[in-house]
Amino acid sequence: MNLFEFENVITDFKPVLGLEVHVELNTKTKVFCSCPTNFGASPNTNVCPTCLGLPGSLPVLNEKAIESIIKIGLALNCQIAPWSRMARKNYFYPDMPKDYQISQYDEPICFDGFLDVLVPNGDDSSKIRIGIERVHLEEDTGKLTHAGGFTGRIHGADYSLVDYNRAGIPLVEIVTKIIPDTGELAPEVAKAYVATLRDLIRNLGVSDVRMEEGSLRCDVNVSLMPIESNQLGTRTETKNVNSLRSVERAVRFEMQRQAALLKAGERVKQETRHFHENDGSTSPGRSKEQAEEYRYFPEPDLLPIAPDSKWIEQLRSELPETPTAKRERLKQAWQITDFEMLAVVNAGALDLIEATVELGTDPSAARKWWLGKITRIANERGVELEQIDITPAQVAEIDQLVATGALNDKLARQVISSVIAGEGSPGEIVQKQGLAVVSDDSALLDAIKEAIVAMPEVVSKIQDGKLQASGALIGAVMKATGGKADAAKVRKLLFDYLGVSQD
Amino acid sequence: MTAVDLAAGIKKKEFSAVDVAKAHFDQIAAVDKKLNAFLFIDEDGAMAQAANVDKKLASGEFLGPLAGVPVAVKDIFTQKDIPTTCGSRILENWRPPYDSTVVSRMKNADMVLLGKVNMDEFAMGSSTETSAYGPTTNPWDTSRIPGGSSGGSSAAVAGFLAPLAVGTDTGGSIRQPAAVTGTVGVKPTYGGISRYGIVALASSLDQAGPFARTVLDAALLHQAIAGYDPLDSTSINQPIPDFVAAAKHKDIAGMKLGIVKEFAGEGYQAGVLNRFNEAVAILRNLGAEIVELSCPSFTYALAAYYLIQPSECSSNLARFDGMRYGLRVDDGDSSVEQVMAATRAAGFGPEVKRRIIIGTYALSSGYYDAYYGSAQKVRRLIADDFNAAFSQVDALISPTSPITAFKIGEKLNDPMAMYLNDICTIPVNLAGVGGMSVPIGLADEDNLPAGMQIMAPVMCDDRMYRVAGALESALVSSWGGLLLDKAPRL
Repeated sequence: MNLFEFENVITDFKPVLGLEVHVELNTKTKVFCSCPTNFGASPNTNVCPTCLGLPGSLPVLNEKAIESIIKIGLALNCQIAPWSRMARKNYFYPDMPKDYQISQYDEPICFDGFLDVLVPNGDDSSKIRIGIERVHLEEDTGKLTHAGGFTGRIHGADYSLVDYNRAGIPLVEIVTKIIPDTGELAPEVAKAYVATLRDLIRNLGVSDVRMEEGSLRCDVNVSLMPIESNQLGTRTETKNVNSLRSVERAVRFEMQRQAALLKAGERVKQETRHFHENDGSTSPGRSKEQAEEYRYFPEPDLLPIAPDSKWIEQLRSELPETPTAKRERLKQAWQITDFEMLAVVNAGALDLIEATVELGTDPSAARKWWLGKITRIANERGVELEQIDITPAQVAEIDQLVATGALNDKLARQVISSVIAGEGSPGEIVQKQGLAVVSDDSALLDAIKEAIVAMPEVVSKIQDGKLQASGALIGAVMKATGGKADAAKVRKLLFDYLGVSQD
Repeated sequence: MTAVDLAAGIKKKEFSAVDVAKAHFDQIAAVDKKLNAFLFIDEDGAMAQAANVDKKLASGEFLGPLAGVPVAVKDIFTQKDIPTTCGSRILENWRPPYDSTVVSRMKNADMVLLGKVNMDEFAMGSSTETSAYGPTTNPWDTSRIPGGSSGGSSAAVAGFLAPLAVGTDTGGSIRQPAAVTGTVGVKPTYGGISRYGIVALASSLDQAGPFARTVLDAALLHQAIAGYDPLDSTSINQPIPDFVAAAKHKDIAGMKLGIVKEFAGEGYQAGVLNRFNEAVAILRNLGAEIVELSCPSFTYALAAYYLIQPSECSSNLARFDGMRYGLRVDDGDSSVEQVMAATRAAGFGPEVKRRIIIGTYALSSGYYDAYYGSAQKVRRLIADDFNAAFSQVDALISPTSPITAFKIGEKLNDPMAMYLNDICTIPVNLAGVGGMSVPIGLADEDNLPAGMQIMAPVMCDDRMYRVAGALESALVSSWGGLLLDKAPRL
């Protein structure tokens, strides 16, 4: 497959994006029945006549799911419909127990909102407002496993197994408006949108939003229009892109692939595409050249959804601070730049640093520990920062030891490693390993005297005014104390002893 | 014997519930070869239920008004572990793992469930001829239809195979079979009885209701199965009226009843109209004020119904795809789409296919507004007509069916003629109000039963029982017994 150089794509084309994100709500029970929703149960054990779609069964709407979707809508600055209906989306597929999905069509519960996202732009960052078209509620389908065959897809499989545990889990679909030309930032914009949305929903507590477990799934629509044109191009929809990095890669790949086609005078086919994690490529799925026919009509088994306006206002008043507002607030409090804040956010360190600062640690020190040693360990292990076994309280304790002079930075990093290794609390580790700074003046003075005796030539250089030569003596003292001395203190004691001014 | 008499006899220990059940199984064994009402006879289950009633009675336990009374169940209600076919091949041998709310309420009322009775396939029809298990016949004349789609229910009650039955009514499927078999049939207010466990034909129209030989028996069964059910979002969460008291009331002096002008003209059998007019005269003699009024939108009811009902049915019947239960046609070498298509081709009969095709078409983009959308507008107009009428009168009356029972095979290949059977009953379903059919005598031409339909506003089903109870009382004394006593011995 031909790919166009990314740099050249944006000189010739304007990328247009659209993102559809599905979020599984974390309600205790399914959206239309009282089956549990826990992930990982044995196949077809969390099922009943309703979520199996047995003849005669009827759905009953889970009120908690309505509450959750309204919270999401409010957090995305949407309007909440005073009256909306569920609709049936009719199509045949074995993962759908009723061969229709209860969803919403032209009457979504939430509509017309926006989400602001920050994307890195050179040494700075750009704030981009993503329009939200609609947020609607629907039921998840069962999960198919195709056995035999080579592709893992239904065509070519010898047989397929269906697990209906997932059928009827409440899903919220969040659809953006068209995201117009963001040039070379497009892949980052897509990624930042999904990341920000994930943080926002997690913050609301209505979903686990774990992309790896499929509780947040993303479909990426990409099209290109020639730089001089305002005519939208043909779009492709890359389905089930299931990590933040993949979202960025999928957009980038589609931009390069479509540009190559258009440059060669070919056309982009309207189709769904599959994303491949291994090489970041996409491949054709189902053609969407013909209009889809879902025969939507209002679900007659359910009453219209008419949330009380007082209830909506109550939910609005109870919304937690949005991630964007929180970033703005902490950026001011910590006196850092947008770019520095972006580094904090991208490291997944915002909440951790905030918690550490709340325990009395200086904001710059808290950032230093979390973005330095601890982030390096997380990167080495390839895990999220929050999965590293050290708490804000422990980091605050370590920083306190540094502030009082009991530890220097080097020793502090050692203590961090030991805490993460599970060797105990910072205090215990300092005790056990004897890591505390040697602050006993007489012990330091003894070491200084030894160094002076060992290096008379250095002493005479200092006395001749070459103060920088003192490094050799200080180094010797540090070595003698096993790195546990405070270098500034050693320097002061040395000059005092030699009767030389430090200036 | 009526259900009331049976319940009283059991309580007084004149006979046992087991005796009653046995007598009905004997009657089924003797005559159901001619009627083909029962698709599944649950003799073991029923005898156990009956024995349990007798045991409770012996231990002095309090029992409800229908304890020990047998009932036939239309094969559209799920009953745990009992086959539920909906009259279709596609559900042959399917045994549901759960009870419908109607079934569980009848079990809780200590009623004796005899088995499952025949119906038009997935309740599509007015004659029970579209059943995959052969037609049911009319006890008045076994060459004729018992009405439909609840023809097994009407035939079982009219043929004395069961004193009571439950059916469902989407466009007339309780009232028309009741009318053509000389029984009482009630389509309650939409939402009055839970739909949970009723295999859906058209969700916004389907409603369960009772069949009985008397108005009071129907009221008792209705009372036992009615009321809010949290498992059905469309069931109405309000106290249910006292149907039994209304059936016993018998006094209609001062009630205002309306005759709908639009329910007349071509297609109405003269003998049916004669009996209807006589019944109207009786109601007037009983002190009711009769007025004629117009419901102009009713003219469009049939057209709207035959868009809404097939549309919903095309979606409701999608799940019968051979993947999870019921019939599966799979040669082992076919794709999933081919298995689904082959299963549906083999499992559904022609009337079901016809309606799935019509409904699929009506819901398609580009046609939706013209068909389904317009039909919904007509539906609103019909509801408005009912509201306007009920602001002037307490209840409306009409013939139930324009004609008496026709010959088996006569209209099977003429869908329009078949659909016209329900011309008087369909507006009731579209508006969600209550409707009931009571026997009013035999038509002059053919000596076959005719029925009067009584219609009442939403959640005022008790008014229908009040009118019906008074009318029945007057008619029974003029006949010297129930109309069914005139039916030929099978």
